[in-house]
Amino acid sequence: MIEDLLAWFGQAYGFIHAPLGQGLILTGALLTIVGAVGVLRFPDFYTRLHAASVTDTAGATLMLVGMALISPTGWVALKLLFIWLFLFLTSPASSHALANAAYTAGMEPRTGPGAGHGPGGVS
Amino acid sequence: MSDSVNLGVVLVNIALLSMLFVVAIAVARLRSLFAIVMLTGVYSLLSAMWFVALDAVDVAFTEAAVGAGVSTVLMLGAMLLTARTARADKRWARIGPMLVVAVTGAVLIYATIDMPGFGDVHSLPNTYVGAEYMARTKAEIGVPNVVTAVLASYRGFDTLGETGVVFTAGLAVALLLGFGERSLSAGHRAGAGRQRLKEGPGKGDHHVIVRVVSKVLIPVIALYALYVQFHGELSPGGGFQAGVILAVAVILYSLVFGISAALDAVSAGFARRVAALGLMIYAGVGFWTLIEGGLFLDYYTLLAHEGGDHHSANTHGQHLGIMLVEIGVLLAVSGSMVTIFYAFAGRAPEIRDEDW
Repeated sequence: MIEDLLAWFGQAYGFIHAPLGQGLILTGALLTIVGAVGVLRFPDFYTRLHAASVTDTAGATLMLVGMALISPTGWVALKLLFIWLFLFLTSPASSHALANAAYTAGMEPRTGPGAGHGPGGVS
Repeated sequence: MSDSVNLGVVLVNIALLSMLFVVAIAVARLRSLFAIVMLTGVYSLLSAMWFVALDAVDVAFTEAAVGAGVSTVLMLGAMLLTARTARADKRWARIGPMLVVAVTGAVLIYATIDMPGFGDVHSLPNTYVGAEYMARTKAEIGVPNVVTAVLASYRGFDTLGETGVVFTAGLAVALLLGFGERSLSAGHRAGAGRQRLKEGPGKGDHHVIVRVVSKVLIPVIALYALYVQFHGELSPGGGFQAGVILAVAVILYSLVFGISAALDAVSAGFARRVAALGLMIYAGVGFWTLIEGGLFLDYYTLLAHEGGDHHSANTHGQHLGIMLVEIGVLLAVSGSMVTIFYAFAGRAPEIRDEDW
């Protein structure tokens, strides 16, 4: 009974892992493009940083999971896991350090009504 | 040789090269030295990616570690000793450099006409020496990574020279700027740094998260350096890359926790002694082979008296020689890099949060 279920799961994985992995990689690439557009279009430093960190975290994670799904051996998947762990630790920390440095240097975030319009920067 | 060109690879090459071009133009146009230093780091990362696309993984590794890692930090240190912005040149003063750049660029483009096609099996580097190295390495040296075999064994004497160059660079910077320890340990600056560390994460402490993440990452970075070191015979990597990565671990520690804490962990005297010891190990292996009756850096003689006979399939001697020489490179490079960093850091005024 359990063996049948496992075999069924194995077969289902064999069918689904390649298209699923490719779809995840494409979604990650899409998120990266969205992040790049955000960096160019958002009004001030903090919102731009938010867009950039979408690229770092969500885009990279989706692409790495997708690559792990279509990886030929388990070792490749393990290496991808290590890369993901490294990014998981470093990119939020670097985003935080950037935002922290900007705030300490006296850069005020744009707030209030109409904050989303016009060119921004240091107010 | 395949006539069909892989369109994806061509597109990636075009994209990376045009990004390199844009970054170079931006570096030439900008006046803020801080932005220029950051963009040179971006330039190094992009060229590393391009080297990967060209299958030159060892070169890419070195470029990423040295160009984007250490040299960015060192240039920031140098920037702190001078000004934050470059003076604008007079308009007529720009003509001379522009002419030099234009002529050199034209000559280089003219020279590319004579270059062989990428991956051309009939080109000179791919026919005589290169093909010999590829064919003989497995039998003569017995390591899978031909780059390591060429670097540490066939051209071991050249690599000794390169290690000497790195050591000399460290020595020259230290002679110009001092070793950094006197100005750091004697002054009140060190006392202030220690005081700040003792207070620990308090109300005004903005760096808790960076500190915690670095504390997790620094041992991993050091461990990765050792992996790159001892896996260099099998995969991309080796003493140069590992030495730089090890130096990056120390530099990251001192950036996050303060110079004085880093000097407590790795003193400036220890760093420069390690650098000298590394060069001595490399040259010492050469003299050892001389004593054993071979030529300078002829590793076959190292274990010749233990069974294997000279100049045959004695790859154990080659393995031992390559390992020792790579350890020498590791120590020389990491010690020199840390010495250079301390030299700059010892001169730079303390960086407060507001200055950035």
